[in-house]
Amino acid sequence: MEKLTIEGLTAVAEDTESIPEFAIGLEGVKGKPIRLSISGRIELDNLLSFRSELENFFERMVPASITLDLAGLEYVDSAGALALIDFKSEAKELEIPFNFENASKKIKGVMSLIDPEALTLASRRPEERPPGFFILVGETARLLWKDFYNLQSFLGDLLYALAYCLRHPHTLRWGDILLYMTRSGVEALPILSMMSLGTGAVIAFMSALQLKQLGAIEYVAPLVAIAVVKELGPLLTAILVSGRSGSAFAAEIGTMKVKEEVDALSTMGFEPVRFLSVPKVLASIIVLPLLTLYSMFFCIAGGFLVGVYLLDLTAFSYIDQTMKNVTLFDLVASLIKSVVFAVVVAGVGCQRGFEVRGGAEAVGTMTTSAVVTSLFIIVMIDGAFAIVLHYIR
Amino acid sequence: MVAEKRFPNQGEKPVIVVDRLTAGYGENIILEDVQLEVYPGEILVIVGGSGCGKSTLMKQMIGLNLPFSGKVLVNGINVHTEDETERGKLRREIGVAFQAGALFGSMTLGENVALPLQEYTNLPEDEINRIVRMKLGMVNLAGYENYLPDELSGGMQKRAGLARAMALDPMVLFFDEPSAGLDPVTAVELDILIKSINAGMEITMVVITHELQSIFNIAHRVIMLDKEARGVIAAGDPRYLKEQAQDPRVHNFFNRLPARLKERNF
Repeated sequence: MEKLTIEGLTAVAEDTESIPEFAIGLEGVKGKPIRLSISGRIELDNLLSFRSELENFFERMVPASITLDLAGLEYVDSAGALALIDFKSEAKELEIPFNFENASKKIKGVMSLIDPEALTLASRRPEERPPGFFILVGETARLLWKDFYNLQSFLGDLLYALAYCLRHPHTLRWGDILLYMTRSGVEALPILSMMSLGTGAVIAFMSALQLKQLGAIEYVAPLVAIAVVKELGPLLTAILVSGRSGSAFAAEIGTMKVKEEVDALSTMGFEPVRFLSVPKVLASIIVLPLLTLYSMFFCIAGGFLVGVYLLDLTAFSYIDQTMKNVTLFDLVASLIKSVVFAVVVAGVGCQRGFEVRGGAEAVGTMTTSAVVTSLFIIVMIDGAFAIVLHYIR
Repeated sequence: MVAEKRFPNQGEKPVIVVDRLTAGYGENIILEDVQLEVYPGEILVIVGGSGCGKSTLMKQMIGLNLPFSGKVLVNGINVHTEDETERGKLRREIGVAFQAGALFGSMTLGENVALPLQEYTNLPEDEINRIVRMKLGMVNLAGYENYLPDELSGGMQKRAGLARAMALDPMVLFFDEPSAGLDPVTAVELDILIKSINAGMEITMVVITHELQSIFNIAHRVIMLDKEARGVIAAGDPRYLKEQAQDPRVHNFFNRLPARLKERNF
């Protein structure tokens, strides 16, 4: 009996009692007709050793003809049958007469299922090769342009749908708007307050370390206030909402797309953009400025706690300095900015949802893309705002 | 219970034993005290109206859901066993062809079929590729190994799902609604494929379907479940059940007669 040394990869293969065994008996001499009798079991687990046993058989023995006696073969699975058929094909190629003998009904049955042509048939599509450098650059540029174009055309659709809904307010789905306001607004409050409080405190603390050396510790309050009201409040909020809600919008619409629910809406006469995107975008437009104010408040509160308890500033002077340095202009500009961010976050989320084609993987890709794209656009818009506001004043 | 005709290997040691199984979801009991044996090499078809527990029974038999009480043995192993070695063994003995194929959308057909081979055997890459080609050939998908599932028609996806289910030459193959959503010709082709694989490899098959045509084509034996009875109300050869069944529920099912239609007397 052939002793096998297959190193088990899995729990099953490690189980020694389950490793099947086979034996090959040989009658005949080199160059003459040869009779091989195979007994035992040939299956996935001992396929390799069976193959190696028969390797170079034709070069070694140079048989005039081969008879394969399968009388002793207890069991052969389809992989084992494949090995037998391969052996036969090899003989056929070398034009050596070959025949099976005593194959049981079951073994014949398994072999009959294997189509030798299927094994040699060329693949209908060759494996994809990685494209060359120039193709890659060109393809990327094309995709970027296509993406830009799609975003613009979706923005057009969205603005049109928004305008339509504002002209015909009864077509608005107020229930949905309230639902999304709760989801991306109310439910975001705990995490937003944590984030803002922490950010405010860290800014105050880190800036204090530097300002102390210049003896300008009282400037901590204006620094926190200006940074938060002009930049951090809107930015922090938009990033958070993009991560929480923009991605959720993309995943929701994407899954609806996969399940043909979007097509169902279209056939029922609903405009998918108006039906699905408008409530989300409107809810975000309402909620994001409020969240921004909330975030600003908690950032300043964080700075206040650090200023009063760690830096020995008085509560009065901290509040006083904050009030003196925050202008209404800055606050309003920031709130307008946050409205724009709301459109970007919700719009890109919805657009990416509508872009989903195929299945589960596409939903994942587009959800990621929704967050990445909206963050990118937010940063660009934030820069634009900074420049424009600088010249307006 | 209706008297039944002989089916292959009746009386041999059963491959699957469902022993006094009670199962359901939450508080809902769907199957109660179900007793069932599946014999080696047979094609057992589970039928019944919607909500009768066909899918529940299959999910129990492949060990996806835990039963309230009772047990399911496949080849002597409890499908709900906690033992890792036993479970690994079991996973190799069971193949499931899901309703829509359940192929992994991010992998090509070849990768889908190769996955169980890579996981459960220590074969080298080219050997696995060869086996994958053979399996795809068995389901008439030779040459499609570099296609993604969503580039294929529904029937092809189902066949590819079957190829993946057969990757390790399991002892039992389960089919969930193999002909659902297929055109009649494709459905018959799939029936023929199922029969030829059953005949060639003597794989035991458990099929859930309510396509009568398909039932008459492939079934060696049918069991019928019923929602109110919460279990098996009939078992046997489908032709026999169609002609001879006394139970009106069984008779109506196999003769396509809605229960209400008869009462109304047009």
